Amino acid sequence: MAVPRFWRRLKNLYNLLGTHCKNCGSYYYPPRNICPACRRGGKVEPYKFKGAGEVLTYTIIHGGPKDNARPTPYVLAIIKLDEGPRLTSQIVANPEDVKIGMRVKSVFRKLGEESKHGIIYYGTKFIPA
Amino acid sequence: MRDVAIIGVGCTKFGELWDSSFRDIFVKAGVSALEDAHMHGEKVDAMYIGNMSGGRFIEQEHIGALIADYSGLATLHIPATRVEAACASGGLALRQGVLAVASGYHDIVVVGGAEKMTDVGVDTATDALAAAADREWEGIMGATFPGLYGMIARLHMHKYGTTREHLAAAAVKNHRNGSMNERAQFQNEITIDDVLGSQMVADPLRVLDCSPITDGAAAVILAPAEIATRYTDTPVYVKASAQASGTISLHDRKDITTLDASVWAGRRAFKMAGLAPKDIDLVEVHDCFTIAEICAIEDLDFVPKGEGGKATLEGMTAIGGSIPVNTSGGLKACGHPVGATGVKQAVEITEQLRGTAGKRQVNGAEVGMTHNVGGSGATAVVHIFSRNR
Ligand SMILES: [Zn+2]
Repeated sequence: MAVPRFWRRLKNLYNLLGTHCKNCGSYYYPPRNICPACRRGGKVEPYKFKGAGEVLTYTIIHGGPKDNARPTPYVLAIIKLDEGPRLTSQIVANPEDVKIGMRVKSVFRKLGEESKHGIIYYGTKFIPA
Repeated sequence: MRDVAIIGVGCTKFGELWDSSFRDIFVKAGVSALEDAHMHGEKVDAMYIGNMSGGRFIEQEHIGALIADYSGLATLHIPATRVEAACASGGLALRQGVLAVASGYHDIVVVGGAEKMTDVGVDTATDALAAAADREWEGIMGATFPGLYGMIARLHMHKYGTTREHLAAAAVKNHRNGSMNERAQFQNEITIDDVLGSQMVADPLRVLDCSPITDGAAAVILAPAEIATRYTDTPVYVKASAQASGTISLHDRKDITTLDASVWAGRRAFKMAGLAPKDIDLVEVHDCFTIAEICAIEDLDFVPKGEGGKATLEGMTAIGGSIPVNTSGGLKACGHPVGATGVKQAVEITEQLRGTAGKRQVNGAEVGMTHNVGGSGATAVVHIFSRNR
Protein backbone atom coordinates (compact mmCIF):
# COMPACT_ATOMS: atom_id res chain seq x y z
CA MET A 1 0.00 0.00 0.00
CA ALA A 2 1.37 3.41 -0.99
CA VAL A 3 2.45 5.72 1.85
CA PRO A 4 -0.20 8.49 1.34
CA ARG A 5 -3.05 5.98 1.59
CA PHE A 6 -1.92 5.10 5.09
CA TRP A 7 -0.60 8.51 6.12
CA ARG A 8 -3.87 10.36 5.52
CA ARG A 9 -5.64 8.06 8.00
CA LEU A 10 -3.02 8.28 10.76
CA LYS A 11 -5.07 10.43 13.09
CA ASN A 12 -7.99 8.01 12.81
CA LEU A 13 -5.82 4.95 13.34
CA TYR A 14 -3.62 6.31 16.15
CA ASN A 15 -6.28 8.00 18.25
CA LEU A 16 -9.52 6.15 17.45
CA LEU A 17 -10.79 9.33 15.86
CA GLY A 18 -14.21 8.79 14.32
CA THR A 19 -17.29 10.91 13.77
CA HIS A 20 -20.45 11.92 15.61
CA CYS A 21 -23.71 12.95 13.87
CA LYS A 22 -25.14 16.03 15.57
CA ASN A 23 -28.42 15.49 13.77
CA CYS A 24 -29.35 12.08 15.25
CA GLY A 25 -26.62 11.46 17.84
CA SER A 26 -25.05 8.36 16.18
CA TYR A 27 -21.33 7.65 16.55
CA TYR A 28 -19.15 6.20 13.77
CA TYR A 29 -15.81 4.49 13.71
CA PRO A 30 -14.38 4.31 11.06
CA PRO A 31 -15.30 7.95 10.34
CA ARG A 32 -18.04 8.65 7.83
CA ASN A 33 -18.96 11.78 5.90
CA ILE A 34 -22.64 10.85 5.60
CA CYS A 35 -24.54 9.43 8.55
CA PRO A 36 -26.18 6.09 7.48
CA ALA A 37 -28.77 6.43 10.27
CA CYS A 38 -30.30 9.73 9.13
CA ARG A 39 -28.44 10.21 5.81
CA ARG A 40 -27.52 13.83 6.59
CA GLY A 41 -24.06 14.96 5.56
CA GLY A 42 -23.86 18.45 6.98
CA LYS A 43 -23.78 17.86 10.71
CA VAL A 44 -21.04 15.25 11.06
CA GLU A 45 -18.19 16.24 13.43
CA PRO A 46 -14.98 14.48 14.54
CA TYR A 47 -15.18 12.48 17.77
CA LYS A 48 -12.37 10.82 19.71
CA PHE A 49 -13.50 7.48 21.14
CA LYS A 50 -12.52 6.57 24.68
CA GLY A 51 -11.19 3.21 23.56
CA ALA A 52 -13.15 1.00 25.95
CA GLY A 53 -15.47 -1.72 24.79
CA GLU A 54 -16.29 -5.42 24.72
CA VAL A 55 -15.63 -8.41 22.46
CA LEU A 56 -18.63 -9.23 20.28
CA THR A 57 -16.96 -12.16 18.50
CA TYR A 58 -13.43 -13.28 17.63
CA THR A 59 -11.34 -15.80 15.73
CA ILE A 60 -7.80 -17.09 16.05
CA ILE A 61 -6.05 -16.78 12.72
CA HIS A 62 -3.55 -19.55 12.06
CA GLY A 63 -2.69 -18.82 8.43
CA GLY A 64 -2.69 -15.71 6.34
CA PRO A 65 -0.76 -13.50 3.98
CA LYS A 66 2.91 -13.29 5.00
CA ASP A 67 3.60 -10.28 7.18
CA ASN A 68 6.68 -9.98 9.42
CA ALA A 69 4.81 -7.85 11.93
CA ARG A 70 1.91 -10.26 12.16
CA PRO A 71 3.12 -13.66 13.35
CA THR A 72 0.41 -16.31 13.58
CA PRO A 73 -1.59 -17.28 15.50
CA TYR A 74 -3.20 -13.95 16.38
CA VAL A 75 -6.61 -13.02 17.71
CA LEU A 76 -8.89 -10.98 15.43
CA ALA A 77 -12.07 -9.60 16.96
CA ILE A 78 -15.09 -7.42 16.41
CA ILE A 79 -15.20 -4.99 19.31
CA LYS A 80 -18.20 -2.93 20.34
CA LEU A 81 -17.04 0.43 21.69
CA ASP A 82 -18.97 1.82 24.66
CA GLU A 83 -20.20 4.72 22.51
CA GLY A 84 -21.89 2.22 20.16
CA PRO A 85 -19.88 1.62 17.00
CA ARG A 86 -18.07 -1.62 16.25
CA LEU A 87 -14.71 -2.17 14.67
CA THR A 88 -12.40 -4.97 13.59
CA SER A 89 -9.07 -5.16 15.42
CA GLN A 90 -6.60 -7.52 17.01
CA ILE A 91 -6.55 -8.48 20.68
CA VAL A 92 -3.10 -8.77 22.19
CA ALA A 93 -3.62 -11.63 24.62
CA ASN A 94 -3.23 -15.36 25.03
CA PRO A 95 -5.86 -16.81 22.63
CA GLU A 96 -7.23 -19.12 25.34
CA ASP A 97 -8.00 -16.12 27.56
CA VAL A 98 -10.20 -14.34 25.01
CA LYS A 99 -13.96 -14.73 25.53
CA ILE A 100 -17.09 -13.27 23.94
CA GLY A 101 -18.28 -10.41 26.15
CA MET A 102 -14.89 -9.68 27.77
CA ARG A 103 -13.96 -6.02 28.42
CA VAL A 104 -11.06 -4.61 26.40
CA LYS A 105 -9.25 -1.28 26.01
CA SER A 106 -7.30 0.23 23.13
CA VAL A 107 -3.50 0.34 22.90
CA PHE A 108 -1.06 1.74 20.33
CA ARG A 109 0.72 -1.06 18.46
CA LYS A 110 2.44 -2.02 15.23
CA LEU A 111 -0.15 -3.27 12.70
CA GLY A 112 2.04 -4.47 9.87
CA GLU A 113 4.93 -3.81 7.55
CA GLU A 114 5.31 -3.93 3.78
CA SER A 115 8.52 -5.98 3.77
CA LYS A 116 11.69 -6.29 5.82
CA HIS A 117 12.77 -2.77 4.85
CA GLY A 118 9.40 -1.29 3.97
CA ILE A 119 7.19 1.13 5.86
CA ILE A 120 5.75 0.04 9.17
CA TYR A 121 2.11 0.65 9.99
CA TYR A 122 1.05 1.57 13.50
CA GLY A 123 -2.46 1.79 14.84
CA THR A 124 -4.85 0.59 17.49
CA LYS A 125 -5.12 -2.89 18.96
CA PHE A 126 -6.88 -3.98 22.14
CA ILE A 127 -5.86 -5.67 25.38
CA PRO A 128 -7.97 -7.18 28.18
CA ALA A 129 -9.22 -4.36 30.46
CA MET B 1 -41.08 -6.08 -19.16
CA ARG B 2 -40.69 -9.36 -21.07
CA ASP B 3 -40.36 -12.82 -19.54
CA VAL B 4 -36.85 -14.25 -19.93
CA ALA B 5 -35.71 -17.84 -20.48
CA ILE B 6 -32.43 -19.75 -20.36
CA ILE B 7 -32.09 -21.59 -23.68
CA GLY B 8 -28.56 -22.95 -23.37
CA VAL B 9 -25.92 -23.68 -20.74
CA GLY B 10 -22.25 -24.60 -20.70
CA CYS B 11 -19.60 -25.11 -18.03
CA THR B 12 -15.98 -26.24 -17.93
CA LYS B 13 -14.48 -28.68 -15.50
CA PHE B 14 -13.71 -26.83 -12.25
CA GLY B 15 -10.29 -27.30 -10.68
CA GLU B 16 -6.63 -26.47 -11.07
CA LEU B 17 -6.64 -26.29 -14.86
CA TRP B 18 -2.90 -25.77 -15.39
CA ASP B 19 -2.99 -26.65 -19.08
CA SER B 20 -5.77 -24.15 -19.88
CA SER B 21 -5.56 -20.36 -20.08
CA PHE B 22 -8.25 -17.85 -19.10
CA ARG B 23 -9.10 -17.55 -22.81
CA ASP B 24 -9.35 -21.31 -23.24
CA ILE B 25 -11.84 -21.75 -20.43
CA PHE B 26 -14.25 -18.93 -21.27
CA VAL B 27 -14.32 -19.92 -24.94
CA LYS B 28 -15.02 -23.52 -23.97
CA ALA B 29 -17.93 -22.57 -21.68
CA GLY B 30 -19.38 -20.09 -24.19
CA VAL B 31 -19.18 -22.46 -27.16
CA SER B 32 -20.81 -25.31 -25.27
CA ALA B 33 -23.65 -22.98 -24.16
CA LEU B 34 -24.21 -21.83 -27.77
CA GLU B 35 -24.16 -25.43 -29.02
CA ASP B 36 -26.64 -26.35 -26.29
CA ALA B 37 -28.94 -23.57 -27.62
CA HIS B 38 -28.41 -24.83 -31.19
CA MET B 39 -27.08 -21.49 -32.38
CA HIS B 40 -23.94 -19.79 -33.66
CA GLY B 41 -22.27 -16.60 -32.49
CA GLU B 42 -23.81 -14.32 -35.11
CA LYS B 43 -27.16 -14.56 -33.29
CA VAL B 44 -25.70 -13.01 -30.13
CA ASP B 45 -26.77 -9.41 -29.39
CA ALA B 46 -24.75 -8.74 -26.23
CA MET B 47 -22.51 -10.31 -23.58
CA TYR B 48 -22.23 -9.78 -19.83
CA ILE B 49 -19.22 -11.30 -18.12
CA GLY B 50 -18.76 -11.89 -14.40
CA ASN B 51 -15.10 -11.61 -13.42
CA MET B 52 -13.82 -10.53 -10.02
CA SER B 53 -10.15 -9.85 -10.39
CA GLY B 54 -8.57 -10.45 -13.78
CA GLY B 55 -6.19 -7.63 -12.90
CA ARG B 56 -4.77 -9.52 -9.93
CA PHE B 57 -5.16 -13.14 -11.09
CA ILE B 58 -3.92 -12.84 -14.70
CA GLU B 59 -2.80 -9.18 -14.86
CA GLN B 60 -5.52 -8.54 -17.43
CA GLU B 61 -8.30 -5.97 -17.28
CA HIS B 62 -10.72 -5.10 -20.10
CA ILE B 63 -12.16 -8.59 -19.77
CA GLY B 64 -15.40 -7.82 -21.65
CA ALA B 65 -13.54 -6.84 -24.81
CA LEU B 66 -11.09 -9.73 -24.50
CA ILE B 67 -13.88 -12.28 -24.25
CA ALA B 68 -15.85 -10.74 -27.14
CA ASP B 69 -12.69 -10.83 -29.28
CA TYR B 70 -11.66 -14.41 -28.50
CA SER B 71 -15.25 -15.58 -28.88
CA GLY B 72 -15.09 -14.25 -32.45
CA LEU B 73 -17.67 -11.57 -31.74
CA ALA B 74 -15.52 -8.42 -31.85
CA THR B 75 -15.86 -8.52 -35.64
CA LEU B 76 -19.64 -8.20 -35.14
CA HIS B 77 -19.06 -5.29 -32.71
CA ILE B 78 -21.58 -6.50 -30.12
CA PRO B 79 -21.54 -4.77 -26.72
CA ALA B 80 -19.56 -6.80 -24.16
CA THR B 81 -19.64 -5.70 -20.52
CA ARG B 82 -17.66 -6.97 -17.56
CA VAL B 83 -19.54 -6.97 -14.26
CA GLU B 84 -17.78 -6.99 -10.88
CA ALA B 85 -19.12 -7.56 -7.39
CA ALA B 86 -16.38 -9.74 -5.88
CA CYS B 87 -17.60 -13.37 -5.53
CA ALA B 88 -21.10 -12.28 -6.66
CA SER B 89 -19.80 -11.08 -10.05
CA GLY B 90 -21.36 -14.05 -11.88
CA GLY B 91 -24.79 -13.65 -10.31
CA LEU B 92 -24.68 -9.94 -11.03
CA ALA B 93 -23.73 -10.57 -14.68
CA LEU B 94 -26.71 -12.90 -14.95
CA ARG B 95 -28.94 -10.22 -13.52
CA GLN B 96 -27.62 -7.63 -16.00
CA GLY B 97 -28.36 -10.06 -18.84
CA VAL B 98 -31.88 -10.70 -17.53
CA LEU B 99 -32.54 -6.95 -17.27
CA ALA B 100 -31.26 -6.40 -20.82
CA VAL B 101 -33.56 -9.07 -22.30
CA ALA B 102 -36.55 -8.19 -20.10
CA SER B 103 -36.30 -4.52 -21.05
CA GLY B 104 -36.31 -5.29 -24.77
CA TYR B 105 -32.86 -3.81 -25.36
CA HIS B 106 -31.44 -7.15 -26.48
CA ASP B 107 -32.87 -10.52 -27.55
CA ILE B 108 -30.10 -13.11 -27.40
CA VAL B 109 -27.64 -12.45 -24.57
CA VAL B 110 -24.65 -14.54 -23.48
CA VAL B 111 -23.95 -14.38 -19.75
CA GLY B 112 -20.54 -15.71 -18.84
CA GLY B 113 -18.54 -16.03 -15.66
CA ALA B 114 -14.85 -16.84 -15.65
CA GLU B 115 -11.92 -16.79 -13.24
CA LYS B 116 -8.40 -18.16 -13.60
CA MET B 117 -7.02 -18.20 -10.05
CA THR B 118 -4.07 -20.61 -10.17
CA ASP B 119 -1.77 -18.60 -12.44
CA VAL B 120 -0.60 -16.77 -9.28
CA GLY B 121 0.63 -18.10 -5.94
CA VAL B 122 -1.68 -18.72 -3.02
CA ASP B 123 -0.56 -15.55 -1.18
CA THR B 124 -1.38 -13.33 -4.17
CA ALA B 125 -4.71 -15.09 -4.72
CA THR B 126 -5.60 -14.74 -1.03
CA ASP B 127 -4.75 -11.04 -1.09
CA ALA B 128 -6.81 -10.50 -4.26
CA LEU B 129 -9.78 -12.16 -2.55
CA ALA B 130 -9.24 -10.02 0.57
CA ALA B 131 -10.08 -6.98 -1.59
CA ALA B 132 -13.73 -8.08 -1.40
CA ALA B 133 -13.72 -6.98 2.25
CA ASP B 134 -13.01 -3.45 3.53
CA ARG B 135 -9.28 -3.13 2.84
CA GLU B 136 -8.78 -0.05 5.03
CA TRP B 137 -10.78 -1.09 8.11
CA GLU B 138 -10.74 -4.89 8.00
CA GLY B 139 -7.82 -6.03 5.83
CA ILE B 140 -5.15 -3.79 7.40
CA MET B 141 -6.30 -4.87 10.85
CA GLY B 142 -5.41 -8.46 9.95
CA ALA B 143 -8.76 -9.74 8.69
CA THR B 144 -8.75 -12.60 6.16
CA PHE B 145 -11.85 -14.16 4.59
CA PRO B 146 -11.66 -17.30 6.71
CA GLY B 147 -11.18 -14.92 9.66
CA LEU B 148 -14.36 -12.95 8.91
CA TYR B 149 -16.43 -16.11 8.48
CA GLY B 150 -14.70 -17.59 11.52
CA MET B 151 -16.06 -14.68 13.57
CA ILE B 152 -19.56 -15.31 12.16
CA ALA B 153 -19.21 -19.00 13.04
CA ARG B 154 -18.06 -18.37 16.61
CA LEU B 155 -20.96 -16.00 17.33
CA HIS B 156 -23.47 -18.38 15.67
CA MET B 157 -22.22 -21.19 17.92
CA HIS B 158 -22.39 -18.90 20.98
CA LYS B 159 -25.90 -17.56 20.27
CA TYR B 160 -27.66 -20.62 18.87
CA GLY B 161 -25.73 -23.62 20.14
CA THR B 162 -24.52 -24.51 16.66
CA THR B 163 -21.82 -27.18 16.96
CA ARG B 164 -18.66 -28.04 15.08
CA GLU B 165 -20.44 -31.21 13.83
CA HIS B 166 -23.29 -29.07 12.44
CA LEU B 167 -20.81 -27.04 10.39
CA ALA B 168 -18.90 -30.12 9.22
CA ALA B 169 -22.14 -31.72 8.02
CA ALA B 170 -22.45 -29.06 5.30
CA ALA B 171 -19.00 -29.95 3.90
CA VAL B 172 -19.69 -33.69 4.13
CA LYS B 173 -23.00 -33.32 2.25
CA ASN B 174 -21.44 -31.08 -0.42
CA HIS B 175 -18.57 -33.51 -1.02
CA ARG B 176 -21.14 -36.32 -1.40
CA ASN B 177 -22.98 -34.22 -4.02
CA GLY B 178 -19.69 -33.32 -5.70
CA SER B 179 -18.83 -37.02 -6.00
CA MET B 180 -21.80 -37.27 -8.41
CA ASN B 181 -20.73 -34.25 -10.50
CA GLU B 182 -18.01 -34.86 -13.09
CA ARG B 183 -17.32 -31.09 -13.25
CA ALA B 184 -16.53 -30.84 -9.54
CA GLN B 185 -13.04 -29.99 -8.31
CA PHE B 186 -13.37 -32.51 -5.46
CA GLN B 187 -15.21 -35.74 -6.20
CA ASN B 188 -14.14 -37.55 -3.03
CA GLU B 189 -16.44 -38.18 -0.11
CA ILE B 190 -15.32 -37.00 3.34
CA THR B 191 -16.50 -37.65 6.91
CA ILE B 192 -17.25 -35.36 9.82
CA ASP B 193 -14.04 -36.62 11.48
CA ASP B 194 -12.05 -35.62 8.37
CA VAL B 195 -13.37 -32.06 8.70
CA LEU B 196 -12.77 -31.89 12.47
CA GLY B 197 -9.24 -33.27 12.04
CA SER B 198 -8.22 -30.96 9.19
CA GLN B 199 -5.79 -28.09 9.69
CA MET B 200 -7.06 -25.07 11.64
CA VAL B 201 -7.32 -21.91 9.50
CA ALA B 202 -9.37 -19.37 11.45
CA ASP B 203 -10.67 -20.92 14.64
CA PRO B 204 -13.30 -22.47 14.63
CA LEU B 205 -12.99 -22.93 10.84
CA ARG B 206 -10.65 -25.58 9.44
CA VAL B 207 -9.38 -26.27 5.92
CA LEU B 208 -12.31 -28.55 5.09
CA ASP B 209 -14.75 -25.78 6.07
CA CYS B 210 -13.34 -23.59 3.27
CA SER B 211 -14.03 -23.49 -0.48
CA PRO B 212 -10.89 -23.94 -2.58
CA ILE B 213 -9.03 -21.78 -5.12
CA THR B 214 -10.33 -22.81 -8.52
CA ASP B 215 -10.14 -22.18 -12.26
CA GLY B 216 -13.37 -22.41 -14.23
CA ALA B 217 -15.91 -20.79 -16.49
CA ALA B 218 -19.64 -21.10 -17.05
CA ALA B 219 -22.11 -19.57 -19.50
CA VAL B 220 -25.86 -19.37 -20.09
CA ILE B 221 -27.75 -18.08 -23.13
CA LEU B 222 -30.81 -15.90 -22.46
CA ALA B 223 -33.70 -15.17 -24.81
CA PRO B 224 -37.17 -13.62 -24.56
CA ALA B 225 -39.56 -16.33 -23.34
CA GLU B 226 -41.83 -15.99 -26.38
CA ILE B 227 -39.13 -17.21 -28.75
CA ALA B 228 -37.33 -19.63 -26.40
CA THR B 229 -38.88 -22.79 -27.87
CA ARG B 230 -37.36 -21.96 -31.26
CA TYR B 231 -34.02 -22.95 -29.75
CA THR B 232 -34.81 -25.58 -27.14
CA ASP B 233 -37.56 -27.98 -26.10
CA THR B 234 -36.74 -27.38 -22.45
CA PRO B 235 -36.48 -23.66 -21.72
CA VAL B 236 -36.00 -22.70 -18.09
CA TYR B 237 -37.81 -19.51 -17.19
CA VAL B 238 -36.39 -16.77 -14.96
CA LYS B 239 -39.16 -16.05 -12.43
CA ALA B 240 -37.22 -13.56 -10.31
CA SER B 241 -33.93 -11.67 -10.35
CA ALA B 242 -33.19 -9.79 -7.13
CA GLN B 243 -30.15 -8.05 -5.70
CA ALA B 244 -29.44 -6.31 -2.41
CA SER B 245 -26.58 -4.50 -0.67
CA GLY B 246 -25.29 -4.73 2.89
CA THR B 247 -22.43 -3.01 4.70
CA ILE B 248 -18.98 -3.72 3.22
CA SER B 249 -17.55 -4.40 6.71
CA LEU B 250 -18.81 -7.32 8.75
CA HIS B 251 -18.55 -5.26 11.96
CA ASP B 252 -21.21 -2.81 10.73
CA ARG B 253 -23.95 -5.45 10.31
CA LYS B 254 -26.99 -5.15 12.56
CA ASP B 255 -26.46 -8.82 13.49
CA ILE B 256 -23.07 -10.40 12.74
CA THR B 257 -24.70 -13.81 12.05
CA THR B 258 -27.23 -12.46 9.52
CA LEU B 259 -26.34 -11.41 5.97
CA ASP B 260 -28.95 -8.66 5.55
CA ALA B 261 -28.28 -8.54 1.81
CA SER B 262 -29.27 -12.23 1.53
CA VAL B 263 -32.42 -11.61 3.55
CA TRP B 264 -33.47 -8.70 1.34
CA ALA B 265 -32.53 -10.28 -1.99
CA GLY B 266 -34.41 -13.42 -0.95
CA ARG B 267 -37.55 -11.56 0.11
CA ARG B 268 -37.56 -9.51 -3.09
CA ALA B 269 -37.12 -12.65 -5.21
CA PHE B 270 -39.96 -14.51 -3.48
CA LYS B 271 -42.23 -11.49 -3.89
CA MET B 272 -41.33 -11.05 -7.56
CA ALA B 273 -42.01 -14.72 -8.32
CA GLY B 274 -45.11 -14.88 -6.13
CA LEU B 275 -43.60 -17.88 -4.37
CA ALA B 276 -42.64 -18.91 -0.83
CA PRO B 277 -39.71 -21.03 0.44
CA LYS B 278 -41.96 -24.14 0.52
CA ASP B 279 -42.42 -23.80 -3.27
CA ILE B 280 -38.68 -24.16 -4.01
CA ASP B 281 -37.54 -27.69 -4.93
CA LEU B 282 -33.79 -27.09 -4.68
CA VAL B 283 -31.33 -24.24 -4.12
CA GLU B 284 -27.68 -23.51 -4.88
CA VAL B 285 -26.39 -21.30 -2.05
CA HIS B 286 -23.09 -19.45 -1.61
CA ASP B 287 -21.17 -21.82 0.71
CA CYS B 288 -17.74 -20.16 0.53
CA PHE B 289 -17.41 -21.55 4.07
CA THR B 290 -19.57 -24.14 5.87
CA ILE B 291 -21.00 -21.44 8.17
CA ALA B 292 -22.02 -19.47 5.06
CA GLU B 293 -24.31 -22.32 3.96
CA ILE B 294 -25.87 -22.46 7.45
CA CYS B 295 -26.49 -18.68 7.41
CA ALA B 296 -27.81 -18.83 3.82
CA ILE B 297 -30.57 -21.36 4.47
CA GLU B 298 -31.60 -19.30 7.52
CA ASP B 299 -31.42 -15.92 5.77
CA LEU B 300 -33.41 -17.25 2.78
CA ASP B 301 -36.05 -18.47 5.25
CA PHE B 302 -35.80 -22.21 4.57
CA VAL B 303 -35.26 -22.73 8.32
CA PRO B 304 -35.74 -20.41 11.33
CA LYS B 305 -32.68 -18.36 12.40
CA GLY B 306 -30.32 -20.50 14.43
CA GLU B 307 -31.60 -23.88 13.20
CA GLY B 308 -29.53 -24.18 10.01
CA GLY B 309 -26.81 -26.32 11.54
CA LYS B 310 -29.17 -28.83 13.11
CA ALA B 311 -31.23 -29.07 9.88
CA THR B 312 -28.04 -29.75 7.90
CA LEU B 313 -26.83 -32.50 10.25
CA GLU B 314 -30.30 -34.11 10.16
CA GLY B 315 -30.22 -34.35 6.35
CA MET B 316 -32.91 -31.80 5.46
CA THR B 317 -30.62 -30.28 2.80
CA ALA B 318 -29.34 -33.53 1.29
CA ILE B 319 -30.59 -34.84 -2.08
CA GLY B 320 -33.79 -36.62 -1.00
CA GLY B 321 -34.30 -34.19 1.89
CA SER B 322 -37.08 -31.61 1.97
CA ILE B 323 -34.91 -28.86 0.41
CA PRO B 324 -31.78 -30.13 -1.35
CA VAL B 325 -28.99 -27.55 -1.10
CA ASN B 326 -25.97 -27.39 -3.41
CA THR B 327 -26.57 -30.48 -5.53
CA SER B 328 -23.57 -29.42 -7.65
CA GLY B 329 -21.31 -29.86 -4.64
CA GLY B 330 -21.51 -26.15 -3.94
CA LEU B 331 -18.51 -23.86 -3.71
CA LYS B 332 -16.94 -26.31 -1.25
CA ALA B 333 -16.71 -29.39 -3.50
CA CYS B 334 -17.54 -28.18 -7.03
CA GLY B 335 -15.04 -25.34 -6.53
CA HIS B 336 -15.17 -21.55 -6.41
CA PRO B 337 -13.73 -19.73 -9.44
CA VAL B 338 -15.09 -16.51 -7.96
CA GLY B 339 -16.48 -14.73 -11.05
CA ALA B 340 -17.88 -17.97 -12.50
CA THR B 341 -19.67 -19.26 -9.42
CA GLY B 342 -22.94 -17.33 -9.81
CA VAL B 343 -23.28 -18.47 -13.43
CA LYS B 344 -22.39 -22.09 -12.59
CA GLN B 345 -25.20 -22.07 -10.03
CA ALA B 346 -27.66 -21.19 -12.83
CA VAL B 347 -26.20 -23.96 -15.02
CA GLU B 348 -26.77 -26.50 -12.23
CA ILE B 349 -30.37 -25.40 -11.63
CA THR B 350 -31.10 -25.45 -15.39
CA GLU B 351 -29.81 -29.02 -15.70
CA GLN B 352 -31.82 -30.08 -12.63
CA LEU B 353 -35.03 -28.51 -13.97
CA ARG B 354 -34.45 -30.15 -17.36
CA GLY B 355 -34.04 -33.48 -15.55
CA THR B 356 -30.54 -34.05 -16.95
CA ALA B 357 -28.49 -33.91 -13.72
CA GLY B 358 -27.74 -37.64 -13.76
CA LYS B 359 -26.93 -39.32 -10.44
CA ARG B 360 -27.52 -36.13 -8.47
CA GLN B 361 -30.94 -35.43 -10.05
CA VAL B 362 -33.61 -34.15 -7.65
CA ASN B 363 -36.75 -36.07 -8.61
CA GLY B 364 -39.51 -33.94 -10.08
CA ALA B 365 -37.64 -30.64 -9.70
CA GLU B 366 -39.77 -27.82 -11.13
CA VAL B 367 -38.63 -24.67 -9.30
CA GLY B 368 -35.04 -23.85 -8.30
CA MET B 369 -33.17 -20.96 -6.70
CA THR B 370 -29.63 -19.57 -6.79
CA HIS B 371 -27.98 -17.41 -4.11
CA ASN B 372 -24.64 -15.71 -4.80
CA VAL B 373 -22.82 -13.52 -2.25
CA GLY B 374 -20.03 -10.95 -2.59
CA GLY B 375 -17.51 -10.54 0.23
CA SER B 376 -18.78 -11.22 3.72
CA GLY B 377 -22.29 -10.21 2.56
CA ALA B 378 -22.09 -6.71 1.06
CA THR B 379 -23.81 -7.97 -2.11
CA ALA B 380 -26.33 -10.77 -2.56
CA VAL B 381 -28.05 -11.89 -5.76
CA VAL B 382 -30.97 -14.33 -5.76
CA HIS B 383 -32.63 -15.84 -8.84
CA ILE B 384 -35.66 -18.12 -9.05
CA PHE B 385 -36.11 -20.39 -12.07
CA SER B 386 -39.00 -22.59 -13.19
CA ARG B 387 -39.76 -25.18 -15.86
CA ASN B 388 -43.12 -23.43 -16.25
CA ARG B 389 -43.48 -19.96 -17.71
ZN1 LIG C 1 -27.41 10.95 11.82
